[in-house]
Amino acid sequence: MLRFTLERLAGMVVTMALVSVMVFIIMEIPPGDYADRYAFRKFSGTGVSVTEADVAAIRSDLGLDKPMVLRYFDWIGGIVLRGDFGQAFAFETSVVKVIGDKAWLTLGILLTTLLLTYAISVPVGIYAAVKRGSAVDYGLTIFSYLGLALPNFLLALILLYFANKWFGADIGGLFSTRYQDAPWSLGKFWDLVKHLWLPAVVLAWSAVAYQIQTMRATMSDELNRLSVTAARARGVPEGKLLLKYPARLAINPIVSTIGFDVNRIFSELPIVAAVLGLTELGELLLKAYLDLDMYVAGAILLLLTFIIVFMNFVSDLLLAWLDPRIKLGA
Amino acid sequence: MTDATTGAPGKQEEKERQKRLKYYSASQWTLIWWRFRRHRAAMVAGTILGLMALLGVFAEFVAPYGPTTRDTKYIDGAPQIPMFCDQNGCSATPFIHGVSTKRDPVTLRAISVPDPDKRVYVAFLASGEETRVLGFIPTTIHLFGLSDANAKLHLWGTDDLGRDVFSRTMYATRTSLSIGVLGVLISFVLALLIGGVAGYAGGMTDNVIQRVTEVVRVVPIIPLYMGLAAAMPKEWSTTQVYFAMTLILGLFGWPTLARRIRSQLLSIRSEDFVIAARLAGARPGRIIGQHMLPSFTSFIIVDLVISFPYMILSETALSFVGLGLRPPTVSWGVLLQQAQSVRVIEQTPWLFIPAVFVVVAVLAFTVIGDGLRDAADPYSEAQ
Repeated sequence: MLRFTLERLAGMVVTMALVSVMVFIIMEIPPGDYADRYAFRKFSGTGVSVTEADVAAIRSDLGLDKPMVLRYFDWIGGIVLRGDFGQAFAFETSVVKVIGDKAWLTLGILLTTLLLTYAISVPVGIYAAVKRGSAVDYGLTIFSYLGLALPNFLLALILLYFANKWFGADIGGLFSTRYQDAPWSLGKFWDLVKHLWLPAVVLAWSAVAYQIQTMRATMSDELNRLSVTAARARGVPEGKLLLKYPARLAINPIVSTIGFDVNRIFSELPIVAAVLGLTELGELLLKAYLDLDMYVAGAILLLLTFIIVFMNFVSDLLLAWLDPRIKLGA
Repeated sequence: MTDATTGAPGKQEEKERQKRLKYYSASQWTLIWWRFRRHRAAMVAGTILGLMALLGVFAEFVAPYGPTTRDTKYIDGAPQIPMFCDQNGCSATPFIHGVSTKRDPVTLRAISVPDPDKRVYVAFLASGEETRVLGFIPTTIHLFGLSDANAKLHLWGTDDLGRDVFSRTMYATRTSLSIGVLGVLISFVLALLIGGVAGYAGGMTDNVIQRVTEVVRVVPIIPLYMGLAAAMPKEWSTTQVYFAMTLILGLFGWPTLARRIRSQLLSIRSEDFVIAARLAGARPGRIIGQHMLPSFTSFIIVDLVISFPYMILSETALSFVGLGLRPPTVSWGVLLQQAQSVRVIEQTPWLFIPAVFVVVAVLAFTVIGDGLRDAADPYSEAQ
C-alpha cells in the first residue's frame, strides 16, 4: 500500500508541475503586460502623461522584463517556497490576501455538493436498478437527460426565482447582509449553512443525473451475478443482500470518478457563482478574467486544479482500499 | 400448419428469403441506418435538429426583421400571438392587435399598449426589409410579416432596445450551431492527429502524449476556456472573435476522442491485416487512414455527436458571462446575457425563449448520440 501511495503521489507532483506550466502560459497570453495595465490604472484620469520610459521603469520594478522562463520560475518558486502567489493588481494587494478565506468557502461548497451528490445518486441508483422498467426508472432516465441539457445558470435562475418567492428576498449569495462582513462566529456559520443548499443543489444537478445512471448500470450488471442468486437461495434478507453483494461492487465506478465530479463542479462554479452572487473563488476568477488580473486568475486556476488532482489521489486510494485487485495491477 | 390467409406458401417463403438475403448482403452503413431508423426517439430528435438547422441556414428568410433592427414603438414588448377571433368577431386570416403608445399614469414613461379595435393581418411571404438569403440571394420576401408595412409583428416579443426576439433567435441559432460544428471539426482533426500518433507509435511517444492529455483533462474546462477567451483583444472584430471562439472550443475538446482513437489503434496494431499492410511497404498515414480507422469509424461518429452538446453549452456559458461572442453578433449565449437576473423572469420572461432552443438542441444531440451508439453496436440485436 505504501508503494502504491508513493507512486500516486509522485504522479500527482508531475501532473501539477505540467499544469503550472499551462496555467502560466494562459496568464501570459493577454496582450500587453501588467506594466501597461498598471500604468493605465494608476495614472488614467489623473492628467499625468505616461511615457514609454515610465512603463519600462514599472516593468523592471516588477521584474517583468526578464525572459519568460525565468519569470515562470520566479512565480512557481514563490508559490512553492513562500506560499506567495504574486500581486493582485486590481486590488493592489497580494493574491493570498485577496483569495484569503474564499478558498475555504469554495471548499465548503465543494464538499457540500459532493455529499449531496452521493447521498442522492447512490440510493436512487440502486432503487432504479432494482425497479428496472418501472415508471420511476423511466422518470429518472428523463431526469438524467435534463441533467445535461438544462444549462446550470438557467437552473440557478429558476431556483433563485422560486426561492425568492417562497422564502423571501435574502436567499442569494452565501451570507445574509447582517453577516456579510462580520467576523466568524457560530451565528455566521449557521447563516452560511442556510445559504449553502441553493448552490449545492445547482452544482450537484448534473453530477447527480450522471451518477444515478452509472450506479444504475453497474448495479444492473451486478444483480445478474450468480453470487446474488446464491445468496437469495440461502435466504439472505433482500435488503442486506443488496448492500452486501451488488452494491458493494457497484460503488467502485462512483468512487473512481470522484475527481471527474470535482472537475465538473469547478467547471460550472464561476457561472453559477456569478448568477447566485456567491462571494468565493469561482466568482473571483470570473472577475479576475474580466479585469485581466492574471496573477489572481492563475492562482485560482492552479488552486482549483490542485484540489481536483488531490481528489483524484484520494479516489485512487479509496478505490485501492475498496478493491485490492487494483493495487496489485498497478 | 399452413394458414389459409397466406395462400401460396411458396411465395411467402420466397419473400422471407429475399428479406434475409437483403439483410445479409447489406453494407455496414445500411445496417446501422436500419437500426437507427427503429430508434423512434432518435428519429424525432433528428427531425427537430434538422428543422433547427434549416431555420438557422435560412434565418434571413424566416426572420421577419434583421437581428439589430429596432422597433422603438414596442420596447420590452410582450409576444404578439396571432389570433383568429376577438371581441369584434372572427376572421379567416390571423391577425394581431395594433399598438398605440400611451403614457404610464404613474411614471409618465411612454408605454405601448395593444389597441383592441385595430386589427393588423398576418401575411405569409410578405415583403419587408431587404436581405440576402444565404448571404447572396437578395430578396425582400420573408416567410411571414404583416399586411400593413408600418406595423411590426413580434411573435416572441422584443427586448429593451425593441429588437425582435424571434428574429434574433433565428440568427442566433445559426451562430450557435455553426460554432458547434466548427469546434467539433477542429477537435476532431486534433484528436485524429494526437490519438493517431499515440496509438500507432506506442511506447515512449504514447507515454508523453498520455501525460499531456491527462493535464488538459484535469484542468476544469470552462475556467480554462474563460482564460483563453479573456485574452482576446477588445478591439478584435466580431468575425475574428467568432473564429477565435471556435478555435478555443476546438483546441481543448480533443482529449476524450483522442483517447478513444488511441486505445482502438493500440488494440488492432498487431492484427494480421495491419502487419500485412506494413510489410507491403505502406506508410503509417496510409495504414492508419486506409486500414485501421475504417474499422471503428462508427464509434468516432458517435463520439463526435456526443461532443456537440458540450461545445454548444460551453459557448452559451462563455457568452452568457460576457467572455465569449460579443454583440452585435447574436448567439444563444449572447441573447441570454439579457436574461441574467430574477427581475427578467418576472418582467420580460420571453427573453428566456433562446434558452428553450439551447435545451432542445442539447437534448436532441444527446438522444441522437444514444440512438447512433445503439445502432453502431453490431451486437445490439440478436438476429
